[in-house]
Amino acid sequence: MSERAIEQTDFTNRPLCLSGRGVTKIFGLGDKRTVAVDHVDFDFHEGEFVSIVGESGSGKTTLSKMLLGLLNASEGEIFFQGKPRDISTGRKKKEYWKGIQAIFQDPFSSFNTFQKIDTVLLDCINMRGGKHLPKEKKIEMMTEACGFVNLKFAELTNKYPFELSGGQMQRLMIARIFLLRPRILLADEPTSMVDACSRATILDMLLNLRDEIGMTVIFITHDIGLAYYISDTVYIMEHGKFVEFGKADEVILNPQAAYTKRLISDVPKIHEEWDLSTVDLLSQK
Amino acid sequence: MKNTLRQVFHSPKFVVGFVIFVAILLTMIIYPLFNPGNPLAQIGVGTFAKPGTYVSLYDATKAKTETFRLPDAEEKRLKASLSDEDRVAMVEWFTAAGVDMGDLDLQDTDALLDLWNANYDPSLRPKGMITARVNYFKRLNNALQELGGGDTIIIAEKDDASGELVESKKILNTDYVNVNAVTNVKTLPLGTDNFGRDVLKELVSAVGTSLLIGLIAGVVATSIGLVFGLLAGYVGGIVDDLIMFITNIFTVIPGFVLLILITYSIGQEQRGAAVVAAVIGLTSWTWTTRSVRSQVISLRNRDHVNLSKLSGHSLIRIVLTDILPYIASYVVMAFILQVSSGILAEAQLSLLGLGPRTTITPTLGLMMNWAMLYSAHTNGSWWAYFPVILTITLISFSLNLMNTGLDQVFNPALRD
Amino acid sequence: MGKIMLEVKNLKTKYVTRFHEDVYAVDGVSFTIEDGKSLGIAGESGCGKSTLALSVMGYYFSPLHYISGDIIIDGKNISGMKPDDVRKSILGSEIAYIPQAAMNALNPTQKIIRFMEDVIHAHDPKAGRKEIRERAEARFAELGLPPSVLDKHAVELSGGMKQRTVIAVSTILNPKVLIADEPSSALDVTSQKMVIKMLRELMGKGYIKSMLFITHELPLLYNVTDDIMVMYAGQIVERGSAREMVFDPVHPYSHGLMNSILVPEEGTRGNKLTAIPGAPPNLKRPPDGCRFAERCKYARPECRYSMIPEKSFDAGRMYRCLLGVDELKEVYGHE
Repeated sequence: MSERAIEQTDFTNRPLCLSGRGVTKIFGLGDKRTVAVDHVDFDFHEGEFVSIVGESGSGKTTLSKMLLGLLNASEGEIFFQGKPRDISTGRKKKEYWKGIQAIFQDPFSSFNTFQKIDTVLLDCINMRGGKHLPKEKKIEMMTEACGFVNLKFAELTNKYPFELSGGQMQRLMIARIFLLRPRILLADEPTSMVDACSRATILDMLLNLRDEIGMTVIFITHDIGLAYYISDTVYIMEHGKFVEFGKADEVILNPQAAYTKRLISDVPKIHEEWDLSTVDLLSQK
Repeated sequence: MKNTLRQVFHSPKFVVGFVIFVAILLTMIIYPLFNPGNPLAQIGVGTFAKPGTYVSLYDATKAKTETFRLPDAEEKRLKASLSDEDRVAMVEWFTAAGVDMGDLDLQDTDALLDLWNANYDPSLRPKGMITARVNYFKRLNNALQELGGGDTIIIAEKDDASGELVESKKILNTDYVNVNAVTNVKTLPLGTDNFGRDVLKELVSAVGTSLLIGLIAGVVATSIGLVFGLLAGYVGGIVDDLIMFITNIFTVIPGFVLLILITYSIGQEQRGAAVVAAVIGLTSWTWTTRSVRSQVISLRNRDHVNLSKLSGHSLIRIVLTDILPYIASYVVMAFILQVSSGILAEAQLSLLGLGPRTTITPTLGLMMNWAMLYSAHTNGSWWAYFPVILTITLISFSLNLMNTGLDQVFNPALRD
Repeated sequence: MGKIMLEVKNLKTKYVTRFHEDVYAVDGVSFTIEDGKSLGIAGESGCGKSTLALSVMGYYFSPLHYISGDIIIDGKNISGMKPDDVRKSILGSEIAYIPQAAMNALNPTQKIIRFMEDVIHAHDPKAGRKEIRERAEARFAELGLPPSVLDKHAVELSGGMKQRTVIAVSTILNPKVLIADEPSSALDVTSQKMVIKMLRELMGKGYIKSMLFITHELPLLYNVTDDIMVMYAGQIVERGSAREMVFDPVHPYSHGLMNSILVPEEGTRGNKLTAIPGAPPNLKRPPDGCRFAERCKYARPECRYSMIPEKSFDAGRMYRCLLGVDELKEVYGHE
């Protein structure tokens, strides 16, 4: 583990990996109509570590599902590697998912508890066209992937995911990404259910993975401190809209939008005084 | 898997239910080995023979006799031949004639007879007693005088040549035969039914048929419910709407009424046990569909299903590997309940006379139907229907216990 | 030194699993909280911090069982009491407890004022409705809760408002100890801030004499409590003032924990986070020696089998490690 570079790389002149224009998601009709994501524009560049920060109900999970192609956008268009994304058929979806993969929040529900760890990893090799590789080669690949996340494949073989701790499961998810080598990784709060000590390990591994594969990481989180620590670019989301985005240093240290300012002031600090007077107890929140 | 089984067998409810059920199954398998033959064979000519051991009187007369002089034999005989009705009548006369009975015990045969012989006067006509009643007491007195009378029964055979009765054997009241020496002895633990058939044998065979009916009904209902529930829950959209529409229609029509109509319209001739079972299954899948659907909907948005989609797996594969295993325990529980309710539905249908046509194999419901048709419940022949009710109760009790036990293992929130 | 409000001496409790295995979730925990002070407990999930909360309030309902130790609230030892008696006579008036999902525990069919009546009646059965309402309104006004909330049902309130209402209701009897187990973890940051502000006001106005605050969020703990204890595998591994614990931790585990704090403050972006490999030990069979030895970078062979004593140093600080304070600080300095 080396000291992290503090200065920010400029990603804006790198090629676009995933971008969207006017992306909107509306649930329900009539009285029940809710706009979860409201005409958002975004440009994620290759190799960029992007955080989307928002509180619960801000629409960040809906946006992530649209980015993954698990939900269709009601309006707007998403571009993948510069071209309009087409996921109209099963085959095209399958092709798209070779380029984008995900790690979810809850490691305990991310695994099929009835499948052995070997099955999970073998599946990734098969998906990358390695179905007919000799068994030794497959084991070598799985061992390498587990090694990348500091797990020993020999100890995991024939085990079930629930025999591992939350942190280990989440690392196994990273091993899965290591085998799949997608262009984009969407990490939806991958550390919110693991302990502080495992969190550091997982964040380190995500950064290493980005460097190793050179992929774009879209990190969804509610923790602005975490977003600040890990990302190159930060998007702040409120009520389905991006209220502010830019380089992490600029957005966090010099916020412009009122919402961002409030969000930062509401988080407990350790070096500065946490100003409790800013909250109005009589508000109905 | 191993751990789950261990947990299941740690649940006392499941274990009790399982033991009862296995005991019923074992009886069903083992009993016919000791008592083979057609369970519907009419062995008795009369109806509703009481439970007990029957000794062939014919063979008993042929058996080697021993002489025993048992001191209480005569008394027992007297006691057995003096009916409760007679005893009450005697007391009635005593009261009418104003005889002082002291503290007479009705069951004390000797004291009663002594009092009667000492006081009865045929010429006496107690005040207010009608002639018919007076004559009744005269007959009763005659009968009482002959009680325990003869010491000997003579068996006579007709001489073919002369046509005269010739004494062939004399049976003294001190003659006894060993039960084991009698050639034909039949024990009927539950007596016979209205057609003179061995109830126990019939019952054991009926349990088998009813379980089979329950099993077929359960398989049919669970398969339909599972397939519909999986499709509606996972595919969603228009498929969901359509399936739920059908399900709702079936839910609002009372299932049992539908069942009666269908079985009635099938007609007596086509109604075999399997057909009735299938019809029961076809009318009871709705709640399996509903609950499987809601389980699948909650699973559909789990991350592992999303990941499976991202891995490019097909719909069928996702349903089979990522959804089905999670609801398997639930489906097993639903299946157990369906079997139990299938057995009950068959019993209800048969009780109404809409059960399987069969005269070859009995079912629990048919047995109750026969018992009811021949008024077993009004003439006190409890053995024709009570064991059947008890068996049905035991089967569904054991199945429901197993279900509750499983539920507690698989839904930890229900544990106490 | 203030009067001691809560004293826990060598408390040991266990869980009994369905297979009759014992899990020693709290294993020899001792601490005191003085009048007007708050103590925070930090630790990763499964370290026994929530079990400690239940154990301290005498909530010994199966599968949790009391083994040994003393719990003394303002001079009164409750450790031998039956859990039902504790619930009747101690909860509410002596100890109040706010779990993470407290807001979901409100019966949806009842108005908030009914809960207030329930709590007050448990202590004072003769209290009249009018009296209760006045008392409740006065307390709500002081804590900055709109009095109109009293006539609402739980479903009409937002999550943050519900949680603050629960806190106001459960502290109406001015308990000596408030145990808050992750009271704000399920809320968004703004509601969290309101909950914290309210807890501070309760402490400041003397409505609660002392507080035990449990959370895994260290920046929050730093801002809420006077002292912090770090718990690991059922034991306390270090205790000190909040400032000392965050900026000068001694035990290798606390050191790792404090070095994983992430806050949106200038200069924190370049910090290197300390990652601790491995997983906590199985508490069915706790290790003989140091429970952290398996994961400790600085462990020595003797750490694995020696009894690790609690050592005191400086003013009122304590830690549990074989290595000396200076030794540890030296190795941290070399990193």
